[in-house]
Amino acid sequence: MIIVENLIKSFDGNIILKGINTTFEAGKTNLIIGKSGSGKTVLLKCLVGLHKPDSGHIFYNNRDIVSMKPKELKHIRTEIGMLFQGSALFDSMTVLENVSFPLQMFTDYTKAEIYKRAMFCLERVNLLHATERFPSEISGGMQKRVAIARAIALNPKYLFCDEPNSGLDPQTSILIDELIHDITAEYNITTVINTHDMNSVMGIGDNITFINQGEVAWEGNKDKILTTNNKVLNDFVFASNLFQKVKEAAINDSPEEA
Amino acid sequence: MEKILQLYTRPFFLLGQYIVLLLQVFTIPDKWKVFFKQLIKEIYKLGVDSLGIVWIISIFIGAVMAIQIQLNLTNPIMPQYILGLTTRDTLLLEFSSTIMCIILAGKVGSNIASEIGTMRITEQIDALNIMGVNSANYLILPKVVGLMLFTPVLVVFSMFFGIMGGYCIAIFTDLVSLSQWEYGIQSYFKEFYVWYSIIKSVIFAFLISTIASYHGYYAKGGALDVGKASTKSVVVSSIYILLMDVVLTKLLLQ
Ligand SMILES: Nc1ncnc2c1ncn2[C@@H]1O[C@H](COP(=O)(O)OP(=O)(O)OP(=O)(O)O)[C@@H](O)[C@H]1O
Ligand SMILES: [Mg+2]
Repeated sequence: MIIVENLIKSFDGNIILKGINTTFEAGKTNLIIGKSGSGKTVLLKCLVGLHKPDSGHIFYNNRDIVSMKPKELKHIRTEIGMLFQGSALFDSMTVLENVSFPLQMFTDYTKAEIYKRAMFCLERVNLLHATERFPSEISGGMQKRVAIARAIALNPKYLFCDEPNSGLDPQTSILIDELIHDITAEYNITTVINTHDMNSVMGIGDNITFINQGEVAWEGNKDKILTTNNKVLNDFVFASNLFQKVKEAAINDSPEEA
Repeated sequence: MEKILQLYTRPFFLLGQYIVLLLQVFTIPDKWKVFFKQLIKEIYKLGVDSLGIVWIISIFIGAVMAIQIQLNLTNPIMPQYILGLTTRDTLLLEFSSTIMCIILAGKVGSNIASEIGTMRITEQIDALNIMGVNSANYLILPKVVGLMLFTPVLVVFSMFFGIMGGYCIAIFTDLVSLSQWEYGIQSYFKEFYVWYSIIKSVIFAFLISTIASYHGYYAKGGALDVGKASTKSVVVSSIYILLMDVVLTKLLLQ
């Protein structure tokens, strides 16, 4: 579980996050949603310690990473897996080497053990056929899956994903979403996902935090989001006609909740 | 007013940033095994792969230098062997270390800066940091150590091929006789000149690799900015090589 308290972050006097308070639960996919430029990536990078917040606290099971010494931070990072917006695979390494890399750096496994674990992770994301290829030689969807395999190689307790399905077709997006959702439940990981894809929200929104203008404007889950009265959230969610229709259907199904 | 103030404080800020980066680079590697593997790779990529350009340039410059010096030796009292001697000393003292390193700054420096810069803007460096890897140490230290170890080899290589270039002139033209050339390149030889060049080149290698890494590591923006960072690293490291050349020459030769 991760608890965020009063998180404030600015760049050159420009305040991006204006005091975020929220909780991300273990074993669930916690979604951060919001418009492009609302500060989702900045929040995620604060959570993992890539940006230093101006003030506030971030507790990883009672350990505050904001005031942590570099050595402790280094230790906690071996418990963190992260998926970047652009996959961020090491392009001088093959798929297999990418997934083996964290194991080489942080375990005392033998070559055979590393190979076994890496192949296990690659099998989990259905990529056993592409182990010897380079990132530039595989599709965007496959790159995302390699990144997932690399992120789970060390059995992380926390998994962060920055728009895991941006630039992917709807079918592949759902595949990636479900993969993350299953892995989260399987290993009881605290997963935090940035997204502005409403398909993901409706598919895997166990716990949703809506960020607007640097503040938490709404919290809930995928069942509550359709029937909320929050004006800004409604504007965000129902920007597409499709979800307008979904909402109408939902209201007709359960008129007493509306 | 603030702008003017920034003009004066900015160099100090940049210097500070460079030093902070170096402090991160020169730490004990997380895993020695991984470090040595990277080191071998870098020596191959930065050093061995430069052998080609070094011998081609050296042989031609050696030849051209021999012709030009010979054409300028118009005084009949001047003994013929002066040609070999002058060519050799110019190669040993300046060409094979300083000029070679400026060429290396172009080839190797731009390579380092664009590689690290690309890793920065595609978030690969962030990915390393997230894993808990000291990205500066992991990426940069093998490059710095590798280049410092291999540049002396390139320098000696360049000296050899530069003199070979002169040999070609002695053999294939009648500007100078082979015996005069051979006598020239062996007379008044000072071994220290070789050491002087090697010492200089090791320091230049440090400058090239750290300055290029610095520009790549702090690159931001897109592919275009990586290109700019790599160009800038070449210009800056060339200037520092020349500055350092003056300082080292004063210290070592006087
Ligand atoms: N390193 C930085 N320096 C200065 N400003 C930044 C930096 N990173 C982000 N910002 C600013 O913070 C704001 C939020 O950016 P952020 O990347 O978090 O948006 P986002 O919600 O992730 O958008 P998207 O959905 O498009 O990825 C933007 O206005 C951006 O200009
Ligand atoms: Mg973003």
